Amino acid sequence: MLNQFAFLYCASVIIGTALLAVRFKNPVYSVLSVLVLFFHMGGLYLLLNAEFIAAVQVIVYAGAILVLYLFVLFLVSLKDEIKIDRFVNNRRLATAASVGFGICLLYIIPSFKLGAKGDFTVERITNLTHTKAMGFELYSTFLLPFEVAGLILLIAVIGGLVLARKEDEVQK
Amino acid sequence: MIPLSWYMALAAILFAIGTYGFLIRRNIIIMMLSIELMLNAVNINMVAMSHYLDSLTGHVFTLFIITVAAAEAAIGLGLIIVLFRNKKSVYVDQINELKG
Repeated sequence: MLNQFAFLYCASVIIGTALLAVRFKNPVYSVLSVLVLFFHMGGLYLLLNAEFIAAVQVIVYAGAILVLYLFVLFLVSLKDEIKIDRFVNNRRLATAASVGFGICLLYIIPSFKLGAKGDFTVERITNLTHTKAMGFELYSTFLLPFEVAGLILLIAVIGGLVLARKEDEVQK
Repeated sequence: MIPLSWYMALAAILFAIGTYGFLIRRNIIIMMLSIELMLNAVNINMVAMSHYLDSLTGHVFTLFIITVAAAEAAIGLGLIIVLFRNKKSVYVDQINELKG
């Protein structure tokens, strides 16, 4: 019962802040409401016994990615943002398309059926601790994807540095 | 016990809100923020299904999705800075050089 209340609270805050984030006039408010959303997403992961994912969600999403967004918002001039119209011209079409898409997604949920169960039961994960269980899985079954993820991060660092450099430094 | 369909419904609604924000906003930074919302909707589905299937694969995939989202944010925001330096604008309907 308590779990259901916690889920309903987190879900309503997530939906409310997501709607606010796409409607706010000031983009800084949008980023801050997405910050609240990410914290409640971490709460949902805790409800699902995924402590490590909850920690990563708060540290990486709320701590790193959103700070990056805020920095770019401050680098990009915001003076005319408040005065200018914040939606595109064909907003009716966009609203109809996304609402129809959401109704379609909700409509197909009842036809979903769970597949075969794996061997990581909740008790086993709790005994091992979630971080250790994920480490076992990550360094045995998913070793190659893990290395590729490291390579992706390296490329992102190099690409970010190259892109953000000033143009005249490149020509020297 | 929370039914799995609650999580899936929440993920579907969040994904639809993400597409709404992506389609309706003119500011390209908020459009990228909407993409993050959609990625988070996928993450909820992954973690919830993996919890109900007694598996850890969804958790590992969520970790990879967060990695790719971080890389995407770094590269995308770098592109936005270059775009703003050249065009003095971050509004998608003003960026129409390739329109014939």
